[in-house]
Amino acid sequence: MSMQTSVGTRHASTIATQRSAMNIPTGKLAVWWVLVSEIVVFGGVLVSYIMHRLAHPEWAHQAAHTHLWLGAFNTFVLLTSSLSAVLAHQAAEQGNGPKAARLLYFTILGGLTFLIVKSFEWTGEIREGFTIQAGGFWSYYYTAAGIHATHVLAGMLIMLWVANSARKNEDLQRVENVGIYWHFVDIVWIFLFPLLYIAK
Amino acid sequence: MSAPDHAAAAHGSEAAAHGAQGAQGAQGAGGHGVHRNYIQIWAILLLLLCVSVAGPFAHIRTITLITAFGVALVKAYMVAKNFMHLDVEKPIIHWLLLVVLVLMVLMFSGLSPDVMKDRGRNWQKDAGFHPRLYTGPDSTTGGNEHGHAEH
Repeated sequence: MSMQTSVGTRHASTIATQRSAMNIPTGKLAVWWVLVSEIVVFGGVLVSYIMHRLAHPEWAHQAAHTHLWLGAFNTFVLLTSSLSAVLAHQAAEQGNGPKAARLLYFTILGGLTFLIVKSFEWTGEIREGFTIQAGGFWSYYYTAAGIHATHVLAGMLIMLWVANSARKNEDLQRVENVGIYWHFVDIVWIFLFPLLYIAK
Repeated sequence: MSAPDHAAAAHGSEAAAHGAQGAQGAQGAGGHGVHRNYIQIWAILLLLLCVSVAGPFAHIRTITLITAFGVALVKAYMVAKNFMHLDVEKPIIHWLLLVVLVLMVLMFSGLSPDVMKDRGRNWQKDAGFHPRLYTGPDSTTGGNEHGHAEH
């Protein structure tokens, strides 16, 4: 593993932006390591759900109660927020921190919209009696979507922090890192949507 | 210029240098000189979303499966390739992802028989474990009363 460090830099934060391992900036490599571990988390839940779903065709009756259009709308929201995240990265590449920050704020707004829709959706379902204990399908539904929503919330908070730095043209390399994380959360939802809302 | 002014100026120039440095890092990390029309990619993703939503209305199971899961794979690939820039990422990242995906397949292969099958060579699930699989009186024999497989 090659390790390059800048000479003469005074602050740890400056060193961190220049250091790379295997020709990948260390911050970015760390994000990928996190995502690989996240694949195990989400992959475990989804693989387990698929196995049980195939073994229990009767779960289709429970899945029939999920709201296809709300799921589709949330997919639209996340895809759009991914667009703004990658446009923020593009702006950061051009050295335009304020523009990158504005696009990140828009991405955060997308995440907020997603969570608000999800909260209304869950409230309705719980009022109808479809709680996490209502059946095998609902257990997976709330677990998988809940873990995902937690990741959306975490991404929003990190993005807020990164956007505030980017606004001052500081640490622009972090815009790409948080974007990679956000796209991963989007990909997870891309698989959750058909599993929970379409397969009925 | 007073001492505090000097300090402020030094801090400002450092921040500017830091910002430029960050921009340079971002340039090298993600773009790699590949031109991408992100709006167009987003539009295709939305079109695919419409296809996956419309699929179930055909009421044909095969079409639903293809439009739901086939399209999901295409969408995920497009996001990974174009938004995460995986196509221009270093090989180590590809290897990391490949290893963990292979582990997922191994996990599925190893566990799925226990979940999806009602019996193996030396074990059988008792009644109630998989209600749909135990419709006959013969199928209720072989498991213990707690639903654990016998080995």
